[in-house]
Amino acid sequence: MNKVKMAATLFRATAPSARAALRASSVKPVTAALASTSFVRGKATLPDLPYDYGALEPYISGKIMELHHKNHHQTYVNGLNSALDQIGEANASGNQSKAATLAPLLNFHGGGHINHSLFWENLAPANKDGGGEPAGALKSAIDRDFGSFETLQTQINTALAGIQGSGWAWLVKDKAAGTLQVVTRANQDPVAGNYVPLMGIDAWEHAYYLQYQNRKAEYFSAIWNVINWKTVASRLDKA
Amino acid sequence: MELHHDKHHQAYVTNLNKALEATAAATAAGKFHDAAAQFSAIRFNGGGHINHSLFWEGLSPASSPDAQPSAAPKLLAAINNTWGSLDQFKSVFGTALLGIQGSGWGWLVKEPVTNQLRIVTLANQEAVVQGDTPLIGVDMWEHAYYLQYLNGKAAYVENIWKVINWKTAEARYTESREDAFKVLKVNI
Repeated sequence: MNKVKMAATLFRATAPSARAALRASSVKPVTAALASTSFVRGKATLPDLPYDYGALEPYISGKIMELHHKNHHQTYVNGLNSALDQIGEANASGNQSKAATLAPLLNFHGGGHINHSLFWENLAPANKDGGGEPAGALKSAIDRDFGSFETLQTQINTALAGIQGSGWAWLVKDKAAGTLQVVTRANQDPVAGNYVPLMGIDAWEHAYYLQYQNRKAEYFSAIWNVINWKTVASRLDKA
Repeated sequence: MELHHDKHHQAYVTNLNKALEATAAATAAGKFHDAAAQFSAIRFNGGGHINHSLFWEGLSPASSPDAQPSAAPKLLAAINNTWGSLDQFKSVFGTALLGIQGSGWGWLVKEPVTNQLRIVTLANQEAVVQGDTPLIGVDMWEHAYYLQYLNGKAAYVENIWKVINWKTAEARYTESREDAFKVLKVNI
């Protein structure tokens, strides 16, 4: 088994059909950013968190982190594997129409797995790599495209507050323009195509409700204390 | 319930009024582009107001006779006619609710003209405002259940049946469509 290939490939499904289905989706651009996402025998698996559940307190409670990782993310992993199995079986039995109808499940659960894997890595405890301000090439790019770090924060917080329903806000690199941008995605739609995700913030209610209830602006303001700018800088390097 | 009503529903009402005022001001000033920019906020917050208003009215304490399906004889007959049994209807409705990807609502609605029953799911705060009559609505936003059920939304969906107000559902089914929305008139 070629381990290097496993690590560099986000999905290594057993069925060739499932691989083909994934190539057609938008998983590839984020592969470099997902160093810790692990896959065993062609199955997506829940990545370990690079810190303890309680390590992001007081900004994100340990209870939220535990449920979010162990239950919510696990459900996306299970849903992704189930969607891949069903698509593989449908294709193997010559039923491509059925395989096509499973695309929304693949997008939702696959997106959920990708988004959360990226999210855990772009967070860090405030007393470690979390918080502070971007440095180096990342800082230069932010200053160039947003004017200042404060403006970027305002833009992201405005974007987060404007999401109607569940979704995410992302700092992305526009590959064609070479610039940084802020985008939002509904539900678990992954950042794809022309955009490379650099930093994501989860605006689903499950990401904050136990601690902040309806006061989501407080969550959006607190999360800056645990953003891991080293991870974001390294994603920009590879983008 | 307290957070859901006093905070979430209130926020939809506040933001709806804000958007309606901004639209009226922009229209009066002849700036239709500025008015059009408010439409998304009206749809979202207006839908949030409509959905929650219908939702509260559609719930009842479990101890009340209104929470018994027998309080809706005509609707129950139509449900049996459509799905075979109340249990089968609940099962189909539950599957639809649990299949919502993200925030949204599930509704039992009555179609216009044919008067047939149908289950629909709507994303975010989209509302049943285009022809169908909303009969029974279930809020599948995480804020509706998370403090109590956490990620166990299947248990929420199962337990919501204990507090559905069948008397309200029967009235919506048998009376005119306009009557179903009359709860809104006192609130805007």
